Amino acid sequence: MVRISGVDIPNDKHICVALTYIFGIGRSTADKILEELNIDKSIKAKDLSEDELIKIREYIENNYVIEGDLRREINQNIKRLIEINSYRGIRHKRGLPVRGQRTHTNARTRKGRRKSVGIKKGKP
Amino acid sequence: MSRSLKKGPFVEEKLMKKINGLNESGEKKIIKTWSRSSTIFPEMVGHTIAVYDGRRHIPVFISESMVGHKLGEFAPTRSIRPHVFKGKSERTTTVKK
Repeated sequence: MVRISGVDIPNDKHICVALTYIFGIGRSTADKILEELNIDKSIKAKDLSEDELIKIREYIENNYVIEGDLRREINQNIKRLIEINSYRGIRHKRGLPVRGQRTHTNARTRKGRRKSVGIKKGKP
Repeated sequence: MSRSLKKGPFVEEKLMKKINGLNESGEKKIIKTWSRSSTIFPEMVGHTIAVYDGRRHIPVFISESMVGHKLGEFAPTRSIRPHVFKGKSERTTTVKK
């Protein structure tokens, strides 16, 4: 088990995949990092030398916003939209899709599980 | 697709002229506008602009954090109304009789 930047403990997967366990780093960013540092992508995370690990840690720290900082940044951006009362902020507040998608059907990711609203059947 | 950088951000010229006029004379007046697609410029900060929503002009006070957004973002065009249960509708009662 290796630790890169804080709590992330990628396992014995290829390093290009292991890096994606860090919040804020996906496959393409991971590939870019490794290319920049001239590290073989298909090497397993546990086979990395101490030197390479340090290099990766430093590179990520200096060039990317990750984990808690990134989460905070995202939340701040959303909070700003809500505060200035913009359309996007209102959509965030209401838990509806923000980017103009349809809400007649679908939009379940934002709206959550279906809640049935309807007229209860009364006794005749 | 985003707008070409060559053109710069869009703003209706008339609106900009009015704003500049107000800035020069140091006045604060509500400006009515129909131009929802105009970008908010730093010059507009502190003014109140009444943005048309299709029915009324909604007064929007421009603060610093609004710069770069469009005027229309602050005047929603749809009214969201929850469903109201009206009781038994007339049609169903007449059918039962």
